[in-house]
Amino acid sequence: MQADPKGVLTGIHFMDGDHAACEGALAAGCRFVAGYPITPSTEIVERFAARIPTVGGVFIQMEDELAASIAIQGGAWGGKKVMSVSSGPGISLMMEHLGYAFITETPSVWVNVQRGGPSTGLPTQPAQADMMQAKWGSHGDFEVIALAPNSPQECFDLMITAFNLTETWRVPVMFMMDEVVGHMTERVEIPPPEKIEVVDRKWTTKKPGEYKPFETTPEDPVPFMTKAGDGHRIHVTGLTHDERGYPAMTVPAQDKLVKRLVYKIRDNADKIVDVREDGVEGADVIVVSYGITSRVAMAAVEQARAKGIKVGHLRMVICWPFPAKRIKELAKKVKAFVVPEINLGQMVLEVERHVAGVAKVLHVGHAGGTVHEPDVILEKIMEAVR
Amino acid sequence: MSGDEPKKGKGTVFVRAEVCKGCSYCIDFCPTHSLEFSREFNAKGYHYPTLARPEDCTGCDLCGLYCPDFAIYGVRWKDIEEKRQKAAQVAKASE
Amino acid sequence: MSEEMGLEMEQDLERECALENPVLPYLRQDRIPHIWCPGCGIGTTVNCFARALTESGMNMDDIAIVSGIGCTGRVAGYLNLDSFHTTHGRAIPFATGLKLANPHMKVVVYSGDGDLSAIGGNHLLHAARRNMDLMVVCVNNFTYGMTGGQVAPTTPTGPTQTTMPYGNFESSFNLPALASACGAVYVARWTVYHVRQLAKAMREGLQKKGFVFIEALSPCPTLYSRRNRLGDGVDQVKYYKERSIVKNGADTKDVGLTYQGDIVVGKFVDRERPTWMDSMNEHFTKVLGNKFTPYGVENGQD
Repeated sequence: MQADPKGVLTGIHFMDGDHAACEGALAAGCRFVAGYPITPSTEIVERFAARIPTVGGVFIQMEDELAASIAIQGGAWGGKKVMSVSSGPGISLMMEHLGYAFITETPSVWVNVQRGGPSTGLPTQPAQADMMQAKWGSHGDFEVIALAPNSPQECFDLMITAFNLTETWRVPVMFMMDEVVGHMTERVEIPPPEKIEVVDRKWTTKKPGEYKPFETTPEDPVPFMTKAGDGHRIHVTGLTHDERGYPAMTVPAQDKLVKRLVYKIRDNADKIVDVREDGVEGADVIVVSYGITSRVAMAAVEQARAKGIKVGHLRMVICWPFPAKRIKELAKKVKAFVVPEINLGQMVLEVERHVAGVAKVLHVGHAGGTVHEPDVILEKIMEAVR
Repeated sequence: MSGDEPKKGKGTVFVRAEVCKGCSYCIDFCPTHSLEFSREFNAKGYHYPTLARPEDCTGCDLCGLYCPDFAIYGVRWKDIEEKRQKAAQVAKASE
Repeated sequence: MSEEMGLEMEQDLERECALENPVLPYLRQDRIPHIWCPGCGIGTTVNCFARALTESGMNMDDIAIVSGIGCTGRVAGYLNLDSFHTTHGRAIPFATGLKLANPHMKVVVYSGDGDLSAIGGNHLLHAARRNMDLMVVCVNNFTYGMTGGQVAPTTPTGPTQTTMPYGNFESSFNLPALASACGAVYVARWTVYHVRQLAKAMREGLQKKGFVFIEALSPCPTLYSRRNRLGDGVDQVKYYKERSIVKNGADTKDVGLTYQGDIVVGKFVDRERPTWMDSMNEHFTKVLGNKFTPYGVENGQD
């Protein structure tokens, strides 16, 4: 369906990534945000607080991130499209509720404007060191979808994708920005509402009594949803539950539920992954990057090409689920992968795991605080072809 | 307690013995002290309440309000008669 | 007549006259019997809540119940309402989100003392401060029941708990004072002995706009009473009966509890204050004029 025009600020703007992310959420139909201030993400909720009264919806600044990350889930079960926004320390506090959103299949977008860590770290400077936290940070087996925009324009565009994905698959979607993308100001073009495709919630049409809130079929692992007040008298719990939503703390119930939840993403990874490739066919080396680092990497790739090296660039727009199949295919064709990222080795582990020794994998790590110099990536490309 | 028997007291209680856990709230806080523990056990091994002094029961349902296990409730005979008539009408209408 | 025959005759009469326990329509009957111990009072508070629902005359589809974790946290799962069993301590913020997203709902938070005042303590303060339109029922059994009888912020000084094996040397919260100081518009305390009063408070709470806090003292015979040789559940309820003093309108700073001491019960606070949403609507209407459409059910939105 088309976007609700009330939330769409059609036109050409000059805005930073945080503000563009907020506009993306509004265009996608987000009408409830609960947040808590934290640098460098706060501008997103500040803009939402300013915009939402005239769009029609609610913003509330909660007492902490624990509250914000569960208030949005109350909001989702109240029928709204929802988002919460934070950064490192706040995201760490939210991790229990990421698991709650996963087990209760609550559509929700979780923005992490990454800053240097660990702990309070570098509040005003960038990192990409929460990538594994996004995937593994809550306890138990779970899956998320994680997007990594590399520009204010993408903060807008991919935010709409993020909302569409969370409504389609009913898993929490992590929106993995970083301080540079959040604070960089560029041209952002917001299309007219009729050009914006948004996915509505998968509402049940069943009557009370017939409807089981967590019932699925082998063909469709995503259950239909309802909201409080629609008469279905649902029960939602973070405990292992059956199709009715009732606690069922048995080995078979755990096996059935957790496998369905995990495999609804793993089995459909091909439909979800999104990579942007540039010159990978016939390349000797492929640079694998995501987020802000992809822009630095592109500079290095161009310099290497100027030196006559056959180098391709694969950018993960969606990092989780990981594009395992594509990496495996490419591993057979190239000498090496070069993986720059602003951490001391996170997504590179996933590349190594799927390359499985078939090609070299070289990491270009960075402890955070700024982006890479293109030169260090170029050096690794040169090393890779030697 | 069936319809044919002469009714004692102003009301009576209904017990779901199988869910009773024998906490004795109903027995201790019955305003007319008309309940006692059964001699028999339920399947879980608890003594459940019985109406030992039906002549004293007012059907006030305080036992029902106290019972943490939803195992007992009281009704006034007056209300039972009303319901009986209503149920009979419903049965007749559906014939 | 044997007792078993008596039970059968009761069942015949129930069927003949289409009688049922008045609490049953409010329960998910396929989930009964519940998990609570013999002599635990949580089920009694559920009866009172069911009574309050009946007397309120409200449409059950318009009421949602949100619980946290713990013994009382299981209440949501037994009630035949839209019900949410959330994470430990976070029932109030979940309920806040639900209420704001779907303002026509009456949202009730039903949870225990540990859940609401320890791990969830901060949320209790802020929801009261905001006058969020929620009714909070706090079943206070003075301990962590589900995890095995650890000390709680409500445990009075004195009794032993598994993590206070030599007796509790901490001071306890006075929950009505806490809720009142933070701005709750309705504050009451009753015990499971006071079933009619508790049911009435819950009915008033359902009909009150704004942040309502109702504390219901309830025995934990398995962990609190047994460890401290206080007898069975019913013995604690007898203690509530003997030592409770009804003082409606009492100053909440005078209603703190001591170990097996006097218990002041009553409706302590009943006042008016604009709710969070009323304040938001009023303020935005003032500063934004007709660019703002007031939000919430009274204004035709949902």
